[in-house]
Amino acid sequence: MNSAVYPLAVFFAAVFTNNILLANYLGMCSFLSVSRELKTSVGLGAAVTFVMATTSLLNWLVYHYILLPLDLDYLRFIVFIVVIAAFVQLVEMIIERVSETLYAALGIFLPLITVNCAILGVCLFMVIRDYDLLSSFTFGLGSGIGWFLAILAMAGIRQKLARARVPRGLEGAGITLIITGMMALAFMGFTGMIKL
Amino acid sequence: MAKAKVKKVFLDSLGKQNPVFAQVLGICSTLAVTNVLKNTLVMTMGVVFVTALSNFTVSLMRKVIPSRVRMMVETLIIASYVIIVEIALKAFVPDIWRQLGPYVGLIITNCIIMGRAEAFALSNPAGISLVDGLASGIGYAYVLLIIAFFRELMGSGTIWGYQVMGSWWTNWSIMVMPPGAFFMLAVFIWIVKGLLLTHEEKKS
Repeated sequence: MNSAVYPLAVFFAAVFTNNILLANYLGMCSFLSVSRELKTSVGLGAAVTFVMATTSLLNWLVYHYILLPLDLDYLRFIVFIVVIAAFVQLVEMIIERVSETLYAALGIFLPLITVNCAILGVCLFMVIRDYDLLSSFTFGLGSGIGWFLAILAMAGIRQKLARARVPRGLEGAGITLIITGMMALAFMGFTGMIKL
Repeated sequence: MAKAKVKKVFLDSLGKQNPVFAQVLGICSTLAVTNVLKNTLVMTMGVVFVTALSNFTVSLMRKVIPSRVRMMVETLIIASYVIIVEIALKAFVPDIWRQLGPYVGLIITNCIIMGRAEAFALSNPAGISLVDGLASGIGYAYVLLIIAFFRELMGSGTIWGYQVMGSWWTNWSIMVMPPGAFFMLAVFIWIVKGLLLTHEEKKS
């Protein structure tokens, strides 16, 4: 594929065809527990998108300039998770100083993000698929937006669902999983739009 | 008394407190591999190993970990065990390792392991923590193996790679694709919860 268009293709593929949540099952834990309300979903979605885009960039640099030259490939799990945790901590401190309102909106979600599998997943996919710097960034950004999209849609549906009568035993996690399955089904309609 | 406690911890994790259907934790990384039984078994064995040993280690170190950085220390302990699993898989079953791809590394962020370390290992001695980790891992493993069994059977008509369905069977290709995993898990939770609810009603 044309190298100038490639990062863009990666971006759209990450949002639609290879959605990190609906096609790769990542970030389910926080997706299930936080998608009850629209407002908190927006906060978490924004925080995830931001952290995902920047950490994929940071981890690409760390992986290609530190780990590979030193032949420490097998240490990548530990290094990636430390980079993510350190970055999240840093962002939390900066936001706390700079803006009270932003901290109130995003601050509580930041610690949750360190253990969000989607963030680490994006970094690992980026290594396995051997993206270049720009593609890694667009992949991180796209995955973040894809996740945002999914949790936003889910929160909207669940707010409506609060008044519906759900069969016994299916309340909570069960019905949410079924809706997620239907959303995954809908997103499968995008397959074939972009081939990577 | 100690023996009774061990037994209780063990059975709770398999049944009432099962990490998958009671707490819906840690389904992220492993739903992806449940379309083939063989991969699921390898993956869940990795999870059992990491859960048990990281619980054990966290428990041994619980008095020296400062509480401010405990999450970080736990993550590092878990990550070290995951690296062991990864290297072992790469050496012994390279084919499966390639198919599992990033999901082996994602055991690190599996919420069950972190959850057990936080909730159990930090406040209990090492021996019982090992049992608890082992039991949570097994409780997790068997649920996923059941799901994988049905997904492989319905999706490809095979079990463990062997054709078991006759030529009359039409593969439900949806089952090996992402939506199938979500539906399957939802149905499983539904059945288990339904059974538990009726059981409790009968008791009271």
